[in-house]
Amino acid sequence: MQDMHRLAGLMKELEEQMIVCMRCGMCQAVCPVFAETGRESDVARGKLALLDGLVREMFSDPRGVQDRLMRCLLCGSCAANCPSGVKVLDIFLKARAILAGYMGMHPLKQAVFRGMLSRPELFNRILQWGSRLQGFFVQPVDELLGTSCARFIPPLADRHLRPLAPVPFHRMSSNHSLPGGASGLKVAFFVGCVIDKVFPGVGESVLKVMKHHGVGVLVPDSQGCCGIPALSSGDQETFQRLVSINLRQFAAEPYDFLITACATCTSTIRKLWPAFTDGLSLEDQKLMDDMVGKTMDVTQFLVDRVGVVASEPAGGAEVVTYHDPCHLRKSLGVHTQPRDLLRASRNVRFTEMVGADQCCGCGGSFNLQHYELSKAIGKQKRDSIVQTNCSVVATGCPACMLQMTDMLSQAGDRVRVKHAVEVYAESLA
Amino acid sequence: MNQSLIKEFEKVVGRDSLFSSEADRLSYSYDAAVLDPVLPALAVRPTSGEALGAVVRLCNENGLPLTVRGAGTNLSGGTIPKSQGVVVLTNALNRILEINPADMYAVVQPGVVTAKFAAAVEAKGLFYPPDPGSQAVSTLGGNVAENAGGLRGLKYGVTRDYVMGLNFFAASGDVVKTGSKTVKCVTGYNLAGLMVGSEGTLGVFNEITLKLIPAPASRRAMLAVFDDVSRASETVAAIIANRIIPATLEFMDQFTIRTVEDFSHVGLPVDAAALLLIEVDGHPAQVEEDAQKVEGLCLGMGAMGVRVAKDAAERDKVWEARRMALSALAKVKPTVVLEDATVPRSKIPQMVNALVEIAGRYELLIGTFGHAGDGNLHPTILTDRRNQEEWRRVERAIDDIFEKALELGGTLSGEHGIGLAKSRYLEKETSSGTIHYSRRIKAALDPNNILNPGKIIGEA
Repeated sequence: MQDMHRLAGLMKELEEQMIVCMRCGMCQAVCPVFAETGRESDVARGKLALLDGLVREMFSDPRGVQDRLMRCLLCGSCAANCPSGVKVLDIFLKARAILAGYMGMHPLKQAVFRGMLSRPELFNRILQWGSRLQGFFVQPVDELLGTSCARFIPPLADRHLRPLAPVPFHRMSSNHSLPGGASGLKVAFFVGCVIDKVFPGVGESVLKVMKHHGVGVLVPDSQGCCGIPALSSGDQETFQRLVSINLRQFAAEPYDFLITACATCTSTIRKLWPAFTDGLSLEDQKLMDDMVGKTMDVTQFLVDRVGVVASEPAGGAEVVTYHDPCHLRKSLGVHTQPRDLLRASRNVRFTEMVGADQCCGCGGSFNLQHYELSKAIGKQKRDSIVQTNCSVVATGCPACMLQMTDMLSQAGDRVRVKHAVEVYAESLA
Repeated sequence: MNQSLIKEFEKVVGRDSLFSSEADRLSYSYDAAVLDPVLPALAVRPTSGEALGAVVRLCNENGLPLTVRGAGTNLSGGTIPKSQGVVVLTNALNRILEINPADMYAVVQPGVVTAKFAAAVEAKGLFYPPDPGSQAVSTLGGNVAENAGGLRGLKYGVTRDYVMGLNFFAASGDVVKTGSKTVKCVTGYNLAGLMVGSEGTLGVFNEITLKLIPAPASRRAMLAVFDDVSRASETVAAIIANRIIPATLEFMDQFTIRTVEDFSHVGLPVDAAALLLIEVDGHPAQVEEDAQKVEGLCLGMGAMGVRVAKDAAERDKVWEARRMALSALAKVKPTVVLEDATVPRSKIPQMVNALVEIAGRYELLIGTFGHAGDGNLHPTILTDRRNQEEWRRVERAIDDIFEKALELGGTLSGEHGIGLAKSRYLEKETSSGTIHYSRRIKAALDPNNILNPGKIIGEA
């Protein structure tokens, strides 16, 4: 019991934030996981009660709490809907870090995060080999969606995966620096792992669009992961290392804005970098404040800063709908700009889907650990997409793109998945 | 609980619907009331009416206390279980079995979420008026068990007024049927009347038949500003005296107005002593006439100004201010005690003055808003439960609030229920004879005292 007492001491740090929850239960209305399972421990109120139980030393073993704490998409729907303003994600991420530190992280996770993710060049090389070898392990199943199925690996067998790209984005655009043009603006482009390694076409579209609008682009070499996979597994150490690497990579040349085409990266940089980095040097702190303050989503940049305007009426024949990534809409409040960008794309016609702001169920590593749940949530998104009779579903996050691709491919739907910036780039041809 | 008994429950509900681990049980140990959690021995989530009945029977045979839980939004502790008890979740019994537009009724399972039901009914051009504040998550079973109210009580009544019939399990597990799908029904005792508001102490609902009404064709919302609380409540009385029954007639005091404005900047007049938020509905011509009359009455009674919503967007803005009330107050302090002492509407000025006086006496922050039209105010005490000295003052303030409400001819609870939180005050409002009578009913219907024991009437 002595140990549970020590854990209670560690958790006590969260008490001030946790006491804000008045147990009203309104989070049940919006939690995608709860909608599937109906279990109180899957919704924020239940998880907060469990963490409170750790503070009160009501458990003999914290594993039950840890398991339930990991059954969360970190989509932030609850926080966005919370009458008391509980900072749910802050609490959950801190609690994950405390529990991982207390109980030890899974050795495989630790090896991946500390041995590979926190060393961007090594990570790139390993995945480059992976992309050459993957043909042996997977077989194509859907040409339109570009998905494949695993040949041998049982845990991945059901998934319709988007394979690793043959040439990652960082190979195409190594140390890219385009001078500013007519706009007089220059952006730094934070690419993010999934765009780099799975959807390099999104990165190319960003470059094309910036060129079109006369915006200078800086793509620093060897930029790292934003850190969210490590942080969400409770590995704050790797998270901090990645933040430091990125701060240096982006300090080399001046820029006006830092843009990303990944909702999760944007949200992580803006919200989590400042909250989860302790003990930075003054110099690093200054670099971070500067970088975080300049960070924004690419569609937000194009609409709010470059001045792209929706053209009405839209003339195109191809029907496009839009899925709101939680990390754009709920975390950062960005939802009109991607729609404006689609409406500005002359070759398509934009249409809303029902429940566009409902989570797709991906949730990063949640998808790996709780695939059945993730899939059940994703199926509802698939149904909403298909109901619009669209031929393209656009979004603002490559993780959502992976999930929607998997769902649509499994259902055999003829709907392509694109980033909003890709749709816009194609209209500029 | 021993393993063989757990196995029996597992046979009834299935492995996936049985929760016996420490962590799962803890997550069913509380509701939205500011009370200590109690860890149950087991939680089960039946997915059919048959399984629900079998669970009740099994609890009765083994003398296990049984607490039914919908969304767990209860504000009086009605869903806090017993420590050796079983929590029975209804949220897998969430099917709307029938919506009948011709006969204007619906049949639902107890776990249907109120707002989802209201939306499904609205899609057929019909209307289910009860709209408790938790309707986005609350269940209809819970609404019936608590006789939940909402903003539309004045004109449309409360949950009780919409329950046409019930199919429920007695403590023995026997099926009991009462009421009908017909408007008229005098067959047998009015058991539904007994079950509504019984807080899970007399039976376990399986199917509920609810009355529906035609949706009003038109609505008009307005906001009236007062520099004096009495003038606001006299206006409430004047509106009703003029034979106008607004669908909603809501009140907000100065503290609440300022807190809402601080958080949301929706443009509320922070100097006002009170606001009335009023909505009339019905036939468009009637609505037009009523809205004009209400506006004139407000101004005649000395309102500083009246804003009538011109369109849906302006209407939303009026109600946004009201919807923000609780959440704005909740952000001021960690602990929120939401009371619902209710007085005859003519006594609202005295009650509001008493609340101001009580807040001063105990040096507490109390924001008051609520349903002025039916005298159901929500004095909301903002505090921090960890501060023991302050918490004692909160408890004394609550005592005083109840005392005042009763003195004014009111009631302990308009819509939140008695549960655990208020059972010790029950005798003050009623009589010892009432409690004996109620306990005899309970003992006769539930001889093993398994149905949510301790709630409402305490334990003998």
